[in-house]
Amino acid sequence: MDLRVTRVPATADERSAVDAVLGEPESGWAGGERAAVDGHVAFGGLRRAEERRHLLLPALHALQDRVGWVSEGGLGYVCTRLDLAPAVAYGVASAYALLATEPAGQVVLHVCDDVACRAATGDPAPLLEANLGPTGGTGPVSWQPSPCLGYCEHGSAALVLRAGTDGGRATVAPFDVARQGELVALGDRLDVQALPTPLALVPQLERGDPSVRLLRRVGRVDVASIDAYRAAGGYEALRRAVELGPAGVIAELKDAKLLGRGGAAFPTGVKWETVARNPRRPHYVVANADESEPGTFKDRVLLEHDPFALVEALTIAGLTMGAEQGFLYLRGEYPLAEQRLTHAAEAARRRGLLGEDVMGSGLRFDLELRRGAGAYIAGEETALLNSIEGRRPEPRNKPPFPADHGLFDRPTGINNVETLLCVLDVLTGGSAAFASTGTPQSTGTRLFCLSGKVASPGLYEVPLGTSLRSLLEQAGGVADGRPLQAILLGGAAGGFVGPDELDLELSFEGARAAGATLGSGVVVVLDDTVDLTVLLRRIAQFFRDESCGQCVPCRVGTQRQEEVLARLLAGRAGGVLAGERALLADLDAVLRDASICGLGQTASAAVTSAVRRGLVAGLQEGS
Amino acid sequence: MFGAGGGTSSYEEIEHADLIVLWGSNAREAHPIFFHHLLKGLRNGAKMYAVDPRRTSSAQWADAWLGLDVGSDIALANTIAREIIHAGLVNTEFVARATTGFDEYAADVERWTLDEGERVTGVPAEVIAALAHDYARAGRAQLCWTLGITEHHTATDNVLALCNLSLLTGHVGRYGSGLVPLRGQNNVQGGGDMGALPNKFPGFQDVESEEIRAKFEARWGRTLHRERGWHLAQMFEAIERRELRALYVLGENPIDSEADTRRASAALGELDHLVVQDIFLTRTAELADVVLPASVSTFESDGTVTSSERRVQRTRRALALPGDAREDLDILCALAARLGHDWGRPTAEEVWDELRSLSPMHAGMSYRRLEELGGIQWPCWDEEHPGDKFLHGRLWAEPREGPPAPFFAVEWVPPIDELTDEFPMRLTTGRRLDSYNTGVQTGGYRSPLRRPETLDLSPEDMGRLGVKEGDVVRITSRRGAITAPVHADPALRPGLAFMTFHFPDETETNVLTRDDWDPKSGTAEFKATAIRVERLAAEVVG
Amino acid sequence: MTITSPTAADPTPVSLRRRIELSVDGQPVTVHEGDTLLDACRQVGVEVPTLCFLETLAPVNVCRVCVVEVEGSRTLVPSCSRKAEPGMSVQTASDRVRTSRRMVLELLASSVDLSLAGDDVQRWIAEYGARADRHGPAAAPAAAGERDRARPGHHHVGDGLSAATVHQPAKRDNELYQRDYSRCILCYKCVEACGEDAQNTFAIAVAGRGFDARISTEFDVGLPDSACVYCGNCIAVCPTGALMFTSEADLRAEGAWDEDRQQVTRTVCPYCGVGCNLELHVQDNTIVKVTSPLDHEVTSGNLCVKGRFGFQFAQARRAAD
Repeated sequence: MDLRVTRVPATADERSAVDAVLGEPESGWAGGERAAVDGHVAFGGLRRAEERRHLLLPALHALQDRVGWVSEGGLGYVCTRLDLAPAVAYGVASAYALLATEPAGQVVLHVCDDVACRAATGDPAPLLEANLGPTGGTGPVSWQPSPCLGYCEHGSAALVLRAGTDGGRATVAPFDVARQGELVALGDRLDVQALPTPLALVPQLERGDPSVRLLRRVGRVDVASIDAYRAAGGYEALRRAVELGPAGVIAELKDAKLLGRGGAAFPTGVKWETVARNPRRPHYVVANADESEPGTFKDRVLLEHDPFALVEALTIAGLTMGAEQGFLYLRGEYPLAEQRLTHAAEAARRRGLLGEDVMGSGLRFDLELRRGAGAYIAGEETALLNSIEGRRPEPRNKPPFPADHGLFDRPTGINNVETLLCVLDVLTGGSAAFASTGTPQSTGTRLFCLSGKVASPGLYEVPLGTSLRSLLEQAGGVADGRPLQAILLGGAAGGFVGPDELDLELSFEGARAAGATLGSGVVVVLDDTVDLTVLLRRIAQFFRDESCGQCVPCRVGTQRQEEVLARLLAGRAGGVLAGERALLADLDAVLRDASICGLGQTASAAVTSAVRRGLVAGLQEGS
Repeated sequence: MFGAGGGTSSYEEIEHADLIVLWGSNAREAHPIFFHHLLKGLRNGAKMYAVDPRRTSSAQWADAWLGLDVGSDIALANTIAREIIHAGLVNTEFVARATTGFDEYAADVERWTLDEGERVTGVPAEVIAALAHDYARAGRAQLCWTLGITEHHTATDNVLALCNLSLLTGHVGRYGSGLVPLRGQNNVQGGGDMGALPNKFPGFQDVESEEIRAKFEARWGRTLHRERGWHLAQMFEAIERRELRALYVLGENPIDSEADTRRASAALGELDHLVVQDIFLTRTAELADVVLPASVSTFESDGTVTSSERRVQRTRRALALPGDAREDLDILCALAARLGHDWGRPTAEEVWDELRSLSPMHAGMSYRRLEELGGIQWPCWDEEHPGDKFLHGRLWAEPREGPPAPFFAVEWVPPIDELTDEFPMRLTTGRRLDSYNTGVQTGGYRSPLRRPETLDLSPEDMGRLGVKEGDVVRITSRRGAITAPVHADPALRPGLAFMTFHFPDETETNVLTRDDWDPKSGTAEFKATAIRVERLAAEVVG
Repeated sequence: MTITSPTAADPTPVSLRRRIELSVDGQPVTVHEGDTLLDACRQVGVEVPTLCFLETLAPVNVCRVCVVEVEGSRTLVPSCSRKAEPGMSVQTASDRVRTSRRMVLELLASSVDLSLAGDDVQRWIAEYGARADRHGPAAAPAAAGERDRARPGHHHVGDGLSAATVHQPAKRDNELYQRDYSRCILCYKCVEACGEDAQNTFAIAVAGRGFDARISTEFDVGLPDSACVYCGNCIAVCPTGALMFTSEADLRAEGAWDEDRQQVTRTVCPYCGVGCNLELHVQDNTIVKVTSPLDHEVTSGNLCVKGRFGFQFAQARRAAD
């Protein structure tokens, strides 16, 4: 393609960082030294550029990791290597919060100030400003607020990013006053690799609860050892899948009545069958590990503490749906999970559990891990596919669905982490056992992330159909015995449940009947001290920040929703504008009905549910 | 080879091709909207090869670029042909039914082994073979070229060498496969259509045919010359022989546009009488005895032009004429009247209708239909005929219609201007996106892309010469010397330099170029000049 | 004469495609496979407002003003891109449809300057009862470059007492184009035209996200430093006057732009041999704008820099008089 690449040349450092991901340039035309033969032949063109475009995000990560931002020269070099227009690459880079398009400090702290941590420990900004100055500085150590980092059970967290060859990425959780002090004192001497690994809080395991299924290996099995994993029942499911063959696996999933845990509750067996039967080739499978819903940390716990399980499950998905290539899309805020999954995949490959002949089945399957870069929207399945392809993480209009036109426009089976791990459970325990757990319509167990003002925050696994009250009781109820004001159920895209609704049955049908959603299993407990309007404004801010901006309802609607919430907050001191309630209702209507994707369609859900339950100061009287 | 001169395909067809070969054409810059159609083809999955000494912006879209040495096109084409023959990829059915001369042709290209092709063209053998195989195997293949093929002293042979490839593979005469010469000017095709050729009446009808001539004589009531006329290069030779003494130039600026400017200028100065009809007082007009201020044909008068896909389209008057300027038709009629012939003042449509009555291939193209259909592609035999998307379908007809298409064996001859120690570099010329020819028209708008004329060099040659961007150098050819600043262009390899002739007032590029012309077409060798580049001492630059 | 073609024939003509029957607002309508709901609506004469749709570009379905209600569908669907299916029952004037269209228009009108977006848009705003003022007074315009530096995932949370807008100073970094992003509704047309749907130059793309999303070159460099080749094809498809030729912008600024006094004449470009149709917009015997017809198969509305701007030589002749 005829490109005009930015005239700022790349530094040697930038080139080596990019080359480390893309390999050495193949010719003088692709950024290497010009050889005599380059004067007489060159290979390029559209097809080649399209085939390499999926390497864009890894290359941008390489720049960010090395020099702390996506620099002009570095971006130009990436574009030369990939035959991609700089404006297009910039459009991609500028859509991700973890990629900077202006110079940043060497060490950047992304500090969670989202709903769960706020509910637990309040706004972290004042202390950080006192320690490190205002956000977005370019000094050696700077900080910026972050949406949920997925360590909600700790009540506070920071993602620490250090650029350079000696740099690294790690999460600090909890990120309390003492930890902040330590990090600030270290300044740019901070060694990211030496930071302590955060723990996972799974109270049921501490109590030795035998009923857990998905969590059974967490904290009990060496995460680095494939032998330990196999000794703990690992790869039994794959063995069974190879025996059963694709049709058998699909029949098991259908008999188990497994419903997708990602939000749409679509029958997994049907989805897999649709992909498996599609005559267009090749097929792809994708694990959606872009867990980003505020208040959600379930996938993180499983990925960090049972990493082989996802590798095994995605392998089963690949063999069943006829894919030879899988992608594991992991959110960029999970460096520990990335390390452990990378290790697990390598170990599996060495053992012949990935590669040319998976477990002697004669079938080929391998997977590649792709790191997200700070975009909640990339968790939407079609935006995720675009992200892998090196495009802006913008959702696609559906239909067509990924099962027909998915990754690289091919039939693609994309599943959430929890769903994939349930597949292991179905295959090892059998569909009958799986279906006998939960309710007749919502089979199996479900993970719930308890955070906020709860006595024992952490990850819980209960059969579907368990009541919210029972779950809350297992977690010791509201912290310090204070009165419950409300529960945020399902995440920022979920809704509120009042203290009088605790008998809600936690099943797909139970939630639907109550006008609620299980979402990603978020249970943020809010006691009477939490200012709900402040929390709602944070939720509105979240959607305003995370909207991809593609469609008008969401791009402008989330901005207007935040403005209404801001006015309501201000309204306590001054007058509330007339018609705010009608405005919120109209915004809710257009967001829900006319947005392209699930983000926009649920961006007003929490606010609407709060208004409906009379939880918003100033709007109770139907103004 | 096939009869009437025109592209065999429609732009639409390249959108549905499986393979596109762009040969000696930087369409991305010289024919941007044609390139849109080509891009649609790529987006629909077509594979593309580009053949060009420079890796132009067009060539960057190709799956593979073949950077042949300037003037080695016939060598490359013959090597491709031999490879197709030896790989058993000849479309034998088509060759048998629709062509003649295959055996002689095959014998002639036999010496063009891949190794010999690589030696002469510089292009690696395996890439030549890949093009040969892909072209022969493609379901639909488009072979497109521009001045990179025709601005050589072997212009006609270059074209024949490409046509041979289409005969060998059957890539002509059917939807999606064809030969597309892209015309450099908006009515080059139309000029030919209208008989502005030394040997043709309108509609490509032969002036030497008694029957044809009789038709025109009857319609015009005059006896017409029996012999063909001169083409442009022959005219200049005739001036130099003092055989041609008066010249009437309409809308041309040969002093700036002819290869070897000094020779052209001297020749025009020798004339007894020079009339120039133009919209500008060009350098040629400055030499004229009489200047007739004309109209901008596409903005200030009604008429038709014909595009590279043989589409005849209406032009319309949008602006009133400035000053004393008059429409070309007006001037011609007035001139006829002064010469004692009262042609009246026909409208453009009336002239067109006369043309339609004499040129069968335009017969069905009434103004009304041209309007309704957005132009019509010739041939259009009558007012029911929709025009033809592609030509030579007759070759595939069962049984074949008309005469078979002959192969023409053509020999490679290197460029006349040899590279020697004294003139070691090859200069080639071309266009830039925002400029056009001698800049008479494009000089009128302020393009943010425009930069002054430069000698474009490879970064390696810049280093070897010890010059940096913008340094002024002296460029010397066997005909003259000029100075120009240098510009680094990685599209060039060492030993290859590039200039345009968009800015003749500042940089007379055509002082350097050769006017050796192709005896068959009269096109001059703009594309292959031997030069020497010397750095100027800083004080000389001032 | 019979043609033996070894490969597939021309692209399937419309007449050979399968017929699909559905209903629009209760009226039966028959379209062809591959046609959209918008095609179906237009066929029965039902007006559907569109902003980001253009016949020559692949539908991006982002503005959502063309949404319709399809029986059985959880959400409304964009008629511009949704393919017609047999038996579909489409409603174009239900309360849900009208509410969403009203809100889309209201959200745009409250955040973007739509004053040059055309009479249809003004009429739709009135018809649907969109009220931009409900969202409060417009916030002060951003400083030059401020919106271009917005970082994804971060923004200043205001007090909500004024409505955020995209207003900002117009960008003018070359002699041919003006980019006034205060008027940009982010319909993606310019990006599509500069990109894969036509020009394939990719000088611009959507950058940033959410309310900060914008059309941008890499790092917001000026057009002369970008890949822009000044074909003007972005300007030709811009529906709101955000992208404008300086010749038009200057006349508008002087109050001299008067479309009622303009004559549009179709002719052929005076440059290369491709044969692009030009529409010369002439006011007072001066060419003030050059466009190309969307429905002409040679250009599909596109031109190159010479065709679009290379007419000046004709004017210069007049100036010299």
